[in-house]
Amino acid sequence: MIRYILGRVVSLLASLVVASLVIFVVIEVIPGDPASYMLGINAQPDTVAALRAELGLDVGRVPRYLHWVSGMVQGDFGTSYTYRSPVAGMIADRLWLSLPLALYALTLSTLIAFPAGIYAAARRGRAGDLAVMGATQLGVAIPNFWFAMIMVLIFAIKLRWVSAGGFPGWDKGLWPAMRALTLPALALALPQAAILARVMRSALIEMLGEDFIRTARAKGLSAGQVLWRHALRNALIPVLTILGLQFSFLLAGAIIIEQVFYLPGLGRLVFQAISARDLIVVESVVMLLVFAVIVVNFAVDLAYALVDPRLRVRA
Amino acid sequence: MRPGGAPSRRGLIIGGCLSGLFVLAALVSFLWVPYDIQGLDIPGKLQPPSLAHWLGTDHLGRDLLAMIMVGARTSIAVAVLAVGIGMTFGIPLGLAAAGLRGGWSDEIIMRGNDLVFAFPALVIAILITAVFGAGAVNAIIAIGIFNIPVFARLSRGAALGLWSRDFILAARVAGKSGLRISAEHILPNILNLMIVQGTIQFSLGILAEAGLSYVGLGAQPPTPSWGRMLADAQTLVGIAPHLALVPGLAIVLTVLGLNLLGDGLRDALDPKLRGGRR
Repeated sequence: MIRYILGRVVSLLASLVVASLVIFVVIEVIPGDPASYMLGINAQPDTVAALRAELGLDVGRVPRYLHWVSGMVQGDFGTSYTYRSPVAGMIADRLWLSLPLALYALTLSTLIAFPAGIYAAARRGRAGDLAVMGATQLGVAIPNFWFAMIMVLIFAIKLRWVSAGGFPGWDKGLWPAMRALTLPALALALPQAAILARVMRSALIEMLGEDFIRTARAKGLSAGQVLWRHALRNALIPVLTILGLQFSFLLAGAIIIEQVFYLPGLGRLVFQAISARDLIVVESVVMLLVFAVIVVNFAVDLAYALVDPRLRVRA
Repeated sequence: MRPGGAPSRRGLIIGGCLSGLFVLAALVSFLWVPYDIQGLDIPGKLQPPSLAHWLGTDHLGRDLLAMIMVGARTSIAVAVLAVGIGMTFGIPLGLAAAGLRGGWSDEIIMRGNDLVFAFPALVIAILITAVFGAGAVNAIIAIGIFNIPVFARLSRGAALGLWSRDFILAARVAGKSGLRISAEHILPNILNLMIVQGTIQFSLGILAEAGLSYVGLGAQPPTPSWGRMLADAQTLVGIAPHLALVPGLAIVLTVLGLNLLGDGLRDALDPKLRGGRR
């Protein structure tokens, strides 16, 4: 087990190093250099020279990469050129919106998908199953940002139950903040719930065909007891894996959904940075998102090994 | 397992018709559109659907049916090219990894795949746009790169299963090289699977293109695209809901059609693969 964990940790670190190299190189391939790119074509040579010095572009690429990485490890992402403030602080402010939004969506997605998947598996082949499967087919086909717009149209513009966008801030209390995040989270959760419900259904159906289920039935357990006590517990392994992987997609998806609801999250930050050519902010946000995906995958791998001892041997 | 064979057969037909309809609309738009989408008609803006404009007009008075038809070109072109990139790089990589199974080259290819997987299409698009500026090509590259590991993993998995089969052993005994076996025996046998996955990635590509264009990382005006149409509709959705409904439904119906087509094709092409899609 220790060897397995060590192997995974080495692989995690290698992935992070290579990912940071890729991002650094992409930012570096800009025609000309980042300083003149950020300032535009009309910039004075001395302004460009000053920015070059400020960004540390005077030194070679290798020391610059090492400086960037060692800074990030210590929580220093550099200083934004347009905002003149530390990038780490800006990202932290926005994460207070994007992260809870993604977690909220993950919770909703689970609350929708688990009952739907279990119900469909229990009614396999009958009308209830077909209805759930039809709904999930539709769920994966609907773009979440369009679903968000339709919800704004119905609940904010027509019914006036909620505001069409914006975020009051957590300091105004939990309830108003959660209220502002409910439609965005629901929009994010829908397609993920559809996928998760399908995985839950097929994992359960596969389990229900196993020998130990037949044994449980033969012992005289009712269909419900077999489903809840034996099949569900084992079906949870693949479901939890997908659930973990979905978190990173939700974090990235939040960037698009934030645009629909004018939420001041990571998405707003990165799009403003792109139009302001603030490469340091773009670089940092991208690294953060990729970091999140890699770390979540690592955690899922570990959790999987804890639950299923057979996997430890594979390492 | 799907309950009975009939629904999937029906799905194949419905899916084929739906996706065929949009491909047809895109093709027809090269020859004919109901109205010129370059010509603006400000007095006739935001009209609801009518006999003159079947799907209504947008905020610049352009006919929405014509915009949907021309927009279908963008969606289909981006998605097809992105699937093309994924297949062109992914399948050979997967076949090579399976051919060299267990070796360090296999390990490197698969770890490389894992790494690409850590870069969602949106993140790649953000990076490319930040460096090279926005455009439909970014969307193609971003979605295409994301497709590579999908095809590499799938083809490696399918090829690994084939390498232990007798007919491959016979080919090896006959002295064929790993490269020839991969090209002559493995590839034709996994092609059906790749076509099915291609249909699914095609539908995901349409969704991704719409999302990227919506946030301004994909097709740029004046190129019509379904995602851009939705972005334009956002502030007007209260006054003219059809602006959001029309392009959104176009996306939903196309993606639904392609997914049904993919499921149906899988069942039709390979009965062994029959089962609930994950």
